[in-house]
Formats: sequence, structure tokens, C-alpha cells
Amino acid sequence: MQISLTVNGASHALDVPANTLLVDIIREHLGLTGTHVGCDTSQCGACTVHMNGSAVKSCSILAGQADGAEITTIEGIGTPDDLHPMQAAFRECHALQCGFCTPGMIMRAIDLVEKSPDLSNQAVREGLEGNLCRCTGYHNIVKAVLLAADATRA
Amino acid sequence: MSDTGIGASVRRREDVRFITGSGRYTDDINQPGQTYAVFLRSPHARAKISAVDSSAALAVNGVHAVLTGQDMAADGLGDLPCGWLVKQKDGSDMVSAPHPPLAHTVANYVGEPYGIVIAETLAAAREAAELVMTEFDELEPIVDLTGARGADQIHEGVSGNLAYDWELGEKAATEAALAGAAHVTRIDLTNNRLIPNAMEPRAALGVYESATGEHTLYTTSQNPHLERLILSAFVQVAPEHKLRVVAPDVGGGFGSKIFVYAEETAVIWAARKVGRPVKWTADRSESFLADAHGRDHVTHAELGLDADGRFVALKVQTTANLGAYLSTFGSSVPTYLYGTLLAGQYATPNIYVEVAGVYTNTAPVDAYRGAGRPEATYVVERIVETAARELGRDPAELRRLNMIRPDQFPYETPVALVYDTGDYEASLDRALEHVDYAGFPARRAASEAAGRKRGIGFACYIEACGLAPSQLAIQLGAGVGLYESGEIRVNPTGNVTVFTGSHSHGQGHETTFAQVVSDKFGIPFEDVEIVHGDTGRVEFGLGTYGSRSLAVGGSALVSAADKLIAKGRKIAAHMLEADVDAVEFSDGQFLVRDSNQALSFGEVAFAAYVPTNYPTDLEPGFSEKAFYDPENFTYPAGTHIAEVEVDPATGVVTLVNFVAVDDFGHVINPMIVDGQVHGGVAQGAGQALLEHGIYDDFGQLVTGSYMDYCMPRADDVPDFLVDTTVTPCTHNPLGVKGCGEAGAIGSPAAIMNAVTDAVGDNGLSMPATPEKVWRALHG
Ligand code: FES
Ligand code: FES
Repeated sequence: MQISLTVNGASHALDVPANTLLVDIIREHLGLTGTHVGCDTSQCGACTVHMNGSAVKSCSILAGQADGAEITTIEGIGTPDDLHPMQAAFRECHALQCGFCTPGMIMRAIDLVEKSPDLSNQAVREGLEGNLCRCTGYHNIVKAVLLAADATRA
Repeated sequence: MSDTGIGASVRRREDVRFITGSGRYTDDINQPGQTYAVFLRSPHARAKISAVDSSAALAVNGVHAVLTGQDMAADGLGDLPCGWLVKQKDGSDMVSAPHPPLAHTVANYVGEPYGIVIAETLAAAREAAELVMTEFDELEPIVDLTGARGADQIHEGVSGNLAYDWELGEKAATEAALAGAAHVTRIDLTNNRLIPNAMEPRAALGVYESATGEHTLYTTSQNPHLERLILSAFVQVAPEHKLRVVAPDVGGGFGSKIFVYAEETAVIWAARKVGRPVKWTADRSESFLADAHGRDHVTHAELGLDADGRFVALKVQTTANLGAYLSTFGSSVPTYLYGTLLAGQYATPNIYVEVAGVYTNTAPVDAYRGAGRPEATYVVERIVETAARELGRDPAELRRLNMIRPDQFPYETPVALVYDTGDYEASLDRALEHVDYAGFPARRAASEAAGRKRGIGFACYIEACGLAPSQLAIQLGAGVGLYESGEIRVNPTGNVTVFTGSHSHGQGHETTFAQVVSDKFGIPFEDVEIVHGDTGRVEFGLGTYGSRSLAVGGSALVSAADKLIAKGRKIAAHMLEADVDAVEFSDGQFLVRDSNQALSFGEVAFAAYVPTNYPTDLEPGFSEKAFYDPENFTYPAGTHIAEVEVDPATGVVTLVNFVAVDDFGHVINPMIVDGQVHGGVAQGAGQALLEHGIYDDFGQLVTGSYMDYCMPRADDVPDFLVDTTVTPCTHNPLGVKGCGEAGAIGSPAAIMNAVTDAVGDNGLSMPATPEKVWRALHG
């Protein structure tokens, strides 16, 4: 099927099988490998991106659903010289180890903070419940999200 | 201390690529002309493979080949070896069943690969794999660990499905001491099977260049050189000098990526057969089925105490599930990494352990974070806590009474280790303070008042890290030495490229190793680059596991740096016309003692490459390497205390408080060390409360996805309070001990001691799920 979508500000027209997943469009067709695949049951969140302003698991979005959508991936939120506050907070708080869950975790966390900036520790934990991290024990991820939330409010 | 040197919480340099999505994991790498592989896997736990008909699969558009275990055997590829030969009680060798990378006559666990389909696209490979018609003759699977010894024989020549019957310690003396003990505590424990679940699934990309005969394998490995060694020396995929193994960014390992697996073996072999690069990335479902699992012990233990409460003897009998085959280090985990740790932190004079290593029709079991040491700690710390309860003693004080005292080091245990140093009471005291032990009764009363049950539990663990003195390891059955290599190349302009045989897959070596080297040379942190994970760039290495990287790999770098400093002193002495003995190196300067003459590190490096004013008897160049072989293990130890609340209405256990005070010796980067402990504790909490790899009676994995295997999520764990005490390791130059596994070693016992304290039922087994807890409370 023919679809068109905007990814990190650039428009793309693609011809893909209808059962193609958004994550495969991002990784395989557009070569944006910052978005990861950690499971096959939509439960790890490694594939999280923003679609029309909300965090979604891109492994559970079909090509047709993404037609006409505005997508932002980890590559689209900041650069090494100009980090998004959430990226900066993750580094500052050592909220990542192997880095595999990190892009999805950051994309989820940005959405969480944008939607509800007044977050408690517990609310952050519940908000990140759909994203697995096997390395950090979440302690520093929660710290980072709270720090970024503070920075956003300030 | 500088802000980037040893002891500073330097922010990690690897983070910049990970937080911007520019990490480069195996699945992110593509090669021109690449094809895609899908594995054929046994749907049965035990079955003869009678016939494989691939005609329909080969007819699918874009399919290049369907290769089977028969094809691999016909090509003369060898078995996947087990790298540690365990000697049995009677002195005979363990019985190692043949482990072909792809099964060709019999499949022995669900998910065991027996073929590989290669196609132009992943979709075509998947479709074709569905069309392969395989005839299986099902056999009775042997799944139950406790019944396996009496059951039908899985492998020819392995009677009672027993890989080995192993022992350590003095049996007669231990039994005599138990018979004479004033009190004997007995306990039966299971250590639940875990599935490691690094978030990056395993992957491999094989490339073969027919013109040169070079093979390149990109793969998710914790130890690329060991992978290359095994694939060339044992499996004989390619000669070692024609095989390059690259482990790029690797998304977590926790042990599961140490081992040499069927899939990468098949991928590199197939790349040559089809003449095209071949890529495979595991689905999570495949990871559940075919990554090596962890733990899975059943144990009976007896602890004897004298009338004062001093431990007089510990006897432990364990049956360990090894799965269908011996994985790379599978044999060593329940033996040398387990039995040797049963002294714990205590001066117990008599210890005896016997372990039956048993085959079953389940996935192979091997090292998972802690590898044997969490299992040992679980036995020691559960039985000590139980003894305290039976005797009405304070669990902290009973431990204190039995701890090895600082003046007893070096301390030789009855189970073959010599602890070099430690101060166990120091970490116990600090942990008691942090948890506010004195305030616990009031907290418990408050929970009771709110209708909840509260419990507290301890684990005073010890572990042996820094694997290992090579001669000792080889004597005990290791197939390789366990030294580490390091090379430091100082470039003519004075900056430095460091090559280490360790591998970082989350540990942050690019930061900590640069801290060590820049500190050593007194040069800017930014001037040091760390290279790892590529056999084409790094000379040799044994990789990262067993919390060995800094203690062994970091020490190799210190040795290499010392050689450079020694050479630099000769160069500087010549240039400054001084005696070598009068030249000192400090803070990046070669200085002539009692003078103001000095040359910087960079000036000496430049002189080594442009040797005009240079000693005639010295080679030019400024680069050195070292192989560091440790003298002993290192012995990190500490106290973990858990506090839980149980809701009697639902059986839900909430971990409300967790304190870890660990002695890792000197710490290079406290921020990274704390992070390692956090992650380990969460995995331990997963083992204690949530995770369990379960096979049904037919050998089907019931917990084969994140819907059934319960991983710790952000709202399952609290913030952790972590702290360290320091007794420097006495035998390595950095005084470091290793911190990667401690969190997962102490926490399961601490949490289960807390849960059983709250519930009042010592028979609860891991994981303490709401159902089990509710049944314990309500009968
Ligand atoms: S890949 Fe796991 S949720 Fe999408
Ligand atoms: S940092 Fe490794 S999974 Fe989160």
C-alpha cells in the first residue's frame, strides 16, 4: 500500500505491504535505528515513538494507521550538542546502562512529563510501567524524569 | 582527586550516542547483499528428527537455502563444547553429552534449533520456515528435576541423566560436627529457574569474503575472543586468523551472552555456504526458548550450632538442573562458583557440599548474573535466618557472632578459598543504621494498625569475583586461562588509544577505564579513547562476566601503563641527561629529582616516535601491552536488608525499603557502581517476587513471553538506598573487587527472609507471588 508520513519533520512516501509495522518502516525503510525492538508482544516499550504528539509503541502500529501521521523518533528530539532536557537528565542521572531501552524510555518519559508535569515518584513509576529496563533497576530513570520535569516547570 | 580521575562520578561518555539514538547494536548493522535467516526449532521437548522435507519451502520466491543439522554435520563442524571439566567424587570426568550446534538426529528441548532457512527477505524466510515439513517421533520428555535421575536416559551413555556427582569439603568431619551440635537447623529450598532477558535480543550477522577466505561475525557477545576461539578450535567454522568477531554495542548480557550458541555458529557457516551475508535477530519468543536460563536448584541444607550460637557445621545437598546440554560454562556454575561460596562471611569450621548436575529436556542452564553465588548466598542466608528464628536470637546479632573478624585475614575457608580481606561488621553496622533497625518494631506496629504485615530480612553475602588465577582455574577444570589483556598505544601527539579484552555491554568501561588511564598518566580524560569488542582490533581477551573487568582487565591496563612509564623514564633521562633512577613520573611530568628539569608525557611520546635525541639501546615507539593474571579471586561482600509489607487480603508483597551496603574495595566511579547495585537488586527482587521460568509436564515453556514471565517494572520496586564501605583488595594494583553482580546476589535472600518474616511461613518459595503468599496466610 501507498502511505505518506512525516518523520522528524521530513515527509516520506512509501510503498509497503499492508502488514508492515511502523517500527519496521522506521528502522528498515528509513534507516533510523535508534528505535529498538525488544519483544514481540508489545510489552517492552523499546520501540516507543511519538505519533501525532503522543507516545505509542511503534511495534503495534500498522502502516495504514501511520498513513498521514506525524512521527517523532529519538533522532528527532535533540542532538549531541543540543540535547532535549530529558536526554540531558538521563545522562546526568545515569539513567541508562546498556542503552537499549533508553530511546523508548526517553520518548515515553517526554510524553509523561508533557501531559502531567506535576509528577510524584510513584506517578513516574506508574507512568513508565509499559517500558522495561533490565539494567538500571529504574531508580535513576525515575530520578531523571523528575529532574527533567523540574527543568520543564522552571 | 580530579573531577575525571579515580573516585569521581564522571558522567558516561557512551551515553551521548545512546540517548540520541546513535548506538550501534548488531541488528542496526546491515551489509550489501544481506540475506535473512529464520531458524527451524523443535516444537517437542524430546523427539527423533526422522525426516526434513524442504521442497515446499525452497519453492518460495526469494528463498536461497534450507540447511539442516545433517548438512552441518556433513560439513564436519564440531560440537559446541562445555568449557569447564568438572571432576566427580570418584575422580572421573563429568559426562558431557554431545551438543551439535544444529540438532540432527534428536531434539532435546522445545526451541532447539535443527535447521536454518535463508532468504532474500525476512518475510520470505518466515513463510518458507512454516512450509518445512519435519517428521518427529516423539519420545517421553524428562522435565521434572527431582525425578530426572530415576527416569529414562536422555543421552546415550549418561546413566541416571547425571552429568556429574560432585563434592567439596570434609564429609565425615561435617557430619560428626552436626551430630555433636547443640542445635541443628534444617531447610529445603528451591532456587527458581530464571530467564535472563537482556533487553536486546541476541543477533548475528555473518559475512564471508570468498576472495580472501575471511569470515566476519557481528554478534551480541560478552566475550568476542572466546567466541572466536571456540568457533575456530572446537566447532571449526574457520581458522582463527580468518575469523573476526565483532561485538559492537551490546544491549545487556547478564551472563546470557557469554556463551557460544547455535545461532551465530549457523549464521557464519551459512554465510559461506550461500555466498551472501546472513543476518539473524531473535524474536523475544526465541530468546525465552533458546537463551541459556539461570539458577534452577533444589537443595537440602543443615546447619549445626553450639550452645552459644556459633556455627559448627554446614552440610548442603543440591540437585542442579543443567538443561538438555552443557552450555559453555554450565558445569562450573553449580560447582566451583557455588560450593566454594558456602562459608559466606562466617567462620564455620566444617562445611561439606555435594551437587548432582542433572540433564533434563529443558533449555540449557548456565551463568546468569551472580552465577552460583546467588544460589550459595540463598542457602547460607536463608538457613542462618531460620536458625536465628528457631533459637529466638536477633538475626543481625547471630550473624555478627559468627562473622570472620578483620584480624583473621587472610582466611582460609573449608571450601577451598582464601579470603584476602574484609570487614563484615562494618557493612552490617552501616546497613543497620541506614535501615533504622531500632525503629523497625514501630514501623511494624504501624503496618499492623493499617491491616498489613511487615517483615524485615537480612543477607550478609560474599562473592568471589575477578575470575581467576589461571593455573588454579585450569587445575579446577577451566579450558582456558582467565587472565586479561590490555594494550595502551600512545599516539605521537600524546593522546592515547586503549585496547581492552574486556567487553562493555552496559558497564560503562569507556568511561571508567579512561578514568583509570588518564589518572595514571596525568593527562586529560578526553585524551583517552577505549576500544573493545573486536577481535580485529584487540589482540586477545576473555571478556566480561563474573565482575572481572576492572579487577582483571583494569589491572592489565595498569601493568601496561607502568611499562610505558618505565620506558618514558629512560627516554626522559636520556633527553635530560640524567640518571634513570633520578627520573620520577608524577602528574603527567617526567621530573629529574632535586631539579626543575621536566618533560611532559606528550613530549616524551613525541620523542619516542621522532627519535632524534634518543637512547640507542631503546626501540622507538610508545606502546605497550600486558596480560594480567590475578593472584587470587577478589571478595566483595556486604549486607543487604529488605523490608516488605504484605497485604493479607490479596497476598501482594510490596518491597518498601531496600538497603545495600557493599564493600567493593576502591571505587573508580561511584555513580556507575551505585547503578550496578540498583540494577542487580531489581533483578534479585524479580527472582524473589516475580520471575519464574516454568515448563509443563510435556516440556513446553509456559512462561514464554512477557505476558507470562513477570519482569520487574518501574512500579514493582522502590528507590534503593545504597552505600559502600572500603577494604581495598590486597592483590591487585587498583585495590578493586568488582561490583556487577552483588545486587543480584544478596537481594533474593534478604527479600525472602523479609517475606517469610512477615508471613510467618518459612516454607514459602521464590517467587513469592500473591497466590503463594495468600495461600500461606489463609491455608
Ligand atoms: S518492541 Fe516491545 S513493545 Fe514494541
Ligand atoms: S539500560 Fe539496558 S535495558 Fe535499560
